[in-house]
Amino acid sequence: MADLETFRRETREWLTKNAPQAIVGIASNDLEGNWGGKRATYSVPEMKTWLDVMAARGWTAPTWPKEYGGGGLSPAEAKVLAQEMGKLRLPAPLIGFGLTMIGPTLLQFGTEEQKQEHLPRICRGEIRWCQGYSEPDAGSDLASLKTRAVREGDHFVITGTKVWTSYADKADWIFALVRSNPQAKKQEGITFILVDMSTPGVTVRPILLISGKSPFCETHFENVRVPVKNVVHKIDAGWTVAKALLGHERSMIADAFGGGQGGGQKTSRGSALARLARKHLGDGEGRIPDPILRDQIAQEELDTRAFALTVQRAKDSAKAGHRPGPESSIFKVYATELNMRRHELMVKAMGPAGLGWEGPGFDEGDLEVTRDWLRSRGNSIEGGTSEVQLNIIAKRVLGLPD
Amino acid sequence: MDLILTEDQDLLSKTAADFVAEHSPVARFRKLRDAKDATGFSRELWKEMAGLGWVGIPFPEEFGGAGLGFAELAVVLEQLGRKLAPEPFLSTVLLGGQALLLGGSDALKKEWLPRLVSGDAILTVAYQDAKSRYDLHHVTTTAAKDGDGWKLEGEKIQVLDAHAADAILVAARTSGGEKDADGITLFLVRKGAAGLGVERQSRVDSRNAGLVRLSGVRVGAADVVGGVGTGGALLERVIDRATAGLCAEMLGSMQQAAEDTFQYLKTRTQFGVPIGSFQALKHRAAKMYIELELARSCVMAVVRAVDANDDDLPRLVSVAKARCSDAGILITNEAVQMFGGVGMTDEYDVGFYMKRARVAEITFGDAAWHRDRFARLSGY
Repeated sequence: MADLETFRRETREWLTKNAPQAIVGIASNDLEGNWGGKRATYSVPEMKTWLDVMAARGWTAPTWPKEYGGGGLSPAEAKVLAQEMGKLRLPAPLIGFGLTMIGPTLLQFGTEEQKQEHLPRICRGEIRWCQGYSEPDAGSDLASLKTRAVREGDHFVITGTKVWTSYADKADWIFALVRSNPQAKKQEGITFILVDMSTPGVTVRPILLISGKSPFCETHFENVRVPVKNVVHKIDAGWTVAKALLGHERSMIADAFGGGQGGGQKTSRGSALARLARKHLGDGEGRIPDPILRDQIAQEELDTRAFALTVQRAKDSAKAGHRPGPESSIFKVYATELNMRRHELMVKAMGPAGLGWEGPGFDEGDLEVTRDWLRSRGNSIEGGTSEVQLNIIAKRVLGLPD
Repeated sequence: MDLILTEDQDLLSKTAADFVAEHSPVARFRKLRDAKDATGFSRELWKEMAGLGWVGIPFPEEFGGAGLGFAELAVVLEQLGRKLAPEPFLSTVLLGGQALLLGGSDALKKEWLPRLVSGDAILTVAYQDAKSRYDLHHVTTTAAKDGDGWKLEGEKIQVLDAHAADAILVAARTSGGEKDADGITLFLVRKGAAGLGVERQSRVDSRNAGLVRLSGVRVGAADVVGGVGTGGALLERVIDRATAGLCAEMLGSMQQAAEDTFQYLKTRTQFGVPIGSFQALKHRAAKMYIELELARSCVMAVVRAVDANDDDLPRLVSVAKARCSDAGILITNEAVQMFGGVGMTDEYDVGFYMKRARVAEITFGDAAWHRDRFARLSGY
């Protein structure tokens, strides 16, 4: 514990010295966070400085091994780092699917060559990744995917269509599931492969969503030649990798939607929800004047706290060396439910002010809240629908029969 | 504070589980109920639990206690909750004991706590009047100055284990209006005091409670617990702790009810298949499980917050109690539904869990009341 306190002190000193003042208080969410990549742009130039100093220290991926560009920190040290960054209101220097999805997967399944090639570039924010899983006819039933990979010497030739490829239009590489053996049982003929998006034959078309934005794309592959050495794990054994990565994806979603706050931290008195309600309904002498909305906000806050405590419990348990317990299976389904309910409540709290799409008479911030509400409706669909998650809990955790 | 059990806590939990399974299956509770037992719990078992050190867990060593905390007490309460053990932890350890520990004079602590820890004294707190509902400050029972002591007048309702208590700590109004936070005082009323009447009440969960009538009961100045007129704040601290402990018991009960239900889903067949293979039930079972996990996290956090003297304790208590109240009701209602017809019979235990969940929900404030309190404490 004494070592940890030393680490805390040194970390705080280092952060104070090295974090540019301009980035304090910037959120590290989808919109404002730094996703890196070859085409990264910076509205706050110091964000790039912040990325570079943190990457040099290995702290864009604090728990990854040092030899691959990580920080080599223990889970306990990583928790301290996150706490100190939180106290100083410092954003994550880098976010994205490289850190949260493909990186952990390569650490688990990648060859030494693949790790050397990709992990350091992820840590430095040089390459932005996207995910090629779903297809027009393979949603919840992901294993029925049809994108074809035909072996030609030391290459696979890939043809097919992936949908819901998040930010594919901004990504440099994609990790994809392809059908390498059409004769095998559906889970057994799938290969997990890494594809450079600049390879001839890859085209990307953004999909316009109900929110008016296009965070997702349709990605087409037409005779795209990919070296066999880009296969992760074994040929035809991609389903194993796919499931492991989905686990990383689901815990990432859980972290993003509330778990990351850490249940042990005291939440500030009066939440963003309560503030929004006050802005639109008036202060009501310290009580939100609509008693039903007030109760719903309190319910949301209590649930958020309970969820954050559950994420903390899982992390504490992992830190103590226990294998991930079954409690982590609830993260995806509950985190998304919480986030969606939060957005519903925000729109409700705004009343008529929340009905704007664009243009005069509406506040920029309020418009964004409404768009975010529309975007949030996808939370319980992407990354495995809530219904699929509940099936998994019933089967894997409770052992209920098929 | 990390939300995991230490090795010692884990061991205590397992020991408690074994002991409760052997000495206190639900059948024992059923027998006490059916026999309309005069005590309603087992004094012998209580002494045994004291002998194991459980009763003294959260009390300092100078009073014979173990000098441990609520984190340890919670693992025992959880196991007791699993089998609906009716022994007087809530009244004696969590209410009376904590009130004395936090507010009692040295003399009162020395007099009562060693006997409490050894299992020889049962204590309780009478905090509710007929009109109080969940408001601890709504006290109509009065105490008027009487020489160098006080004279108590009024009626307290649903006082836990009152019939067995060697002393009842009574909240009475010494000044102010009916609902004022100020002007409340806690008095230690000894068993057999002149003017004290205790009548057993029968509640839906078959646990022990009683009406306590005070007709000019005289209490000496030395038996005032905490300051005169400042009992409201003391009572809040005591009830917060008791609520944390109750949540641990609730967690055990809902865990058992859920496990029994999941097992039933695997074994009960209809239409030629186990009913647990139906997706309509699978998803509901999965939601029960989610609620259990969230409740467990809240309980682990709140008992550790008691031990750490966390200044955010009141809000965490509300987080935990709101959650456990709702989760307990959801899980036990679902349990009865999934057991189907037999779930409605007195013969099956599942009904006991549903009844207890309802009583526990209402005790110390239901979920809506705690949401309101959380919002108030959060400034909205």
